[in-house]
Amino acid sequence: MKKRYKSPWWINSWHPSGAGFVPVISTRLVFQDRLGGSRARWGIGRMRYMINPGLYAVGAPDADSPVLVTANYKLSFDNLRKNLQHINAWVLVLDTKGVNVWCAAGKGTFGTEEVIKQISAVNLSSVVRHRTLILPQLGAPGVAAHEVTRMTGFKVVYGPVRAADLPYFVENGLKAGREMRTVSFTLRERLAVVPVEFVKSWKIAFAAFLFVLLSSYPSGDMISWSTFFRFLPYVGAILIGCLFVPALLPWIPGPSLAFNGWLVCIVATIIYTLFNTDQLAENMVYLLILPAISSFLALNYTGATPYTSLSGVKKEMKFAIPLIVFTAASGIVLHVIGLWRAI
Amino acid sequence: MISAMRYLKNVVTLELDISRCTGCGKCEEVCPRAVLSLNDGKISISDRDACIECGACSRNCPFEAMTVAAGVGCAYAVIRGTLKGTAPDCACSDKYDCC
Repeated sequence: MKKRYKSPWWINSWHPSGAGFVPVISTRLVFQDRLGGSRARWGIGRMRYMINPGLYAVGAPDADSPVLVTANYKLSFDNLRKNLQHINAWVLVLDTKGVNVWCAAGKGTFGTEEVIKQISAVNLSSVVRHRTLILPQLGAPGVAAHEVTRMTGFKVVYGPVRAADLPYFVENGLKAGREMRTVSFTLRERLAVVPVEFVKSWKIAFAAFLFVLLSSYPSGDMISWSTFFRFLPYVGAILIGCLFVPALLPWIPGPSLAFNGWLVCIVATIIYTLFNTDQLAENMVYLLILPAISSFLALNYTGATPYTSLSGVKKEMKFAIPLIVFTAASGIVLHVIGLWRAI
Repeated sequence: MISAMRYLKNVVTLELDISRCTGCGKCEEVCPRAVLSLNDGKISISDRDACIECGACSRNCPFEAMTVAAGVGCAYAVIRGTLKGTAPDCACSDKYDCC
């Protein structure tokens, strides 16, 4: 019988199991995977970048092979499979609505109920003889291991934080040291979400552009190089908030992200005002508005870090948001007064 | 590097009811920030300010010894939640738009 279903490129073949044939996935990423990953990183179709939940095979697993559980965000799935070369395992993909393990666990979609549901949906107890599931450690906020065991008989073992440590973890008898269990925040990890943050800041960029454009109206020379150059400091403030603060984070003093963003930008703005030829009043406008923009964007970066807590974010917002609004508004008022007097 | 990156002090809602603790160590195992330590069969909160309130420990404690007001430390979600009058919501499960 011929299959009508057209498999995605990352499915190599089909492998028999105690519960029917299971797709065997490739452990090598190809151009299409990398392209899809880059697109998702830039926020293009990110919420639709998902695969079908269910059971998959890696290598040639049998009834004694380990079962690895993951999310159905394609980027998470790719990150798992590329680390599974030379391993025979089952991969159980949960329906997390295309959200990564850590965020989905926070929302509860990578959760106890979904694990229980998928175990029965794929008839896992017919596939494997043992009764152990390996979950990524960052899924723990959503999954109560003891509840899964009580409902299904499957024991939950939390694996390492990073998929790259999985082969060692499996070989080492499912034991992970503290290093493997602790989240890191390397430069690469800090920069991974920068493109999306940058794309998301378009509203601020657009508002700044309108602000600059309308400011040039009294001069009667709106579409000019001068307008363009007056827009650049705002682009700089956005870059500081979205790119420089994440990159330099370990070296910026102070625990508050909003303060980090403000600090880097006020230093940069002071340097800028020392070297430009603008009037004092105009430079005051920059000193008020630009750090407020960076501060706001850096504050939004809290969601991308693994070291901020909800209580901390709320506390920091209580003083940061009023200050950001107040300084930005003062800057705008000052600027308008300046324009008024120039007429 | 991560140890150098610390958030605000004395804010987290993590609580341990030591009378309920059996020393099974599950919470210490699931904590991604090495907040807890297991000594002489009892858990203690040894690095409280490192806690990010992810809720892994309380979710995985079979004896309800750990409590924490779990949530995601994301300003964008808090702003959205405040504007919509709901709990913090980053829209990551909505279509097309996300944090």
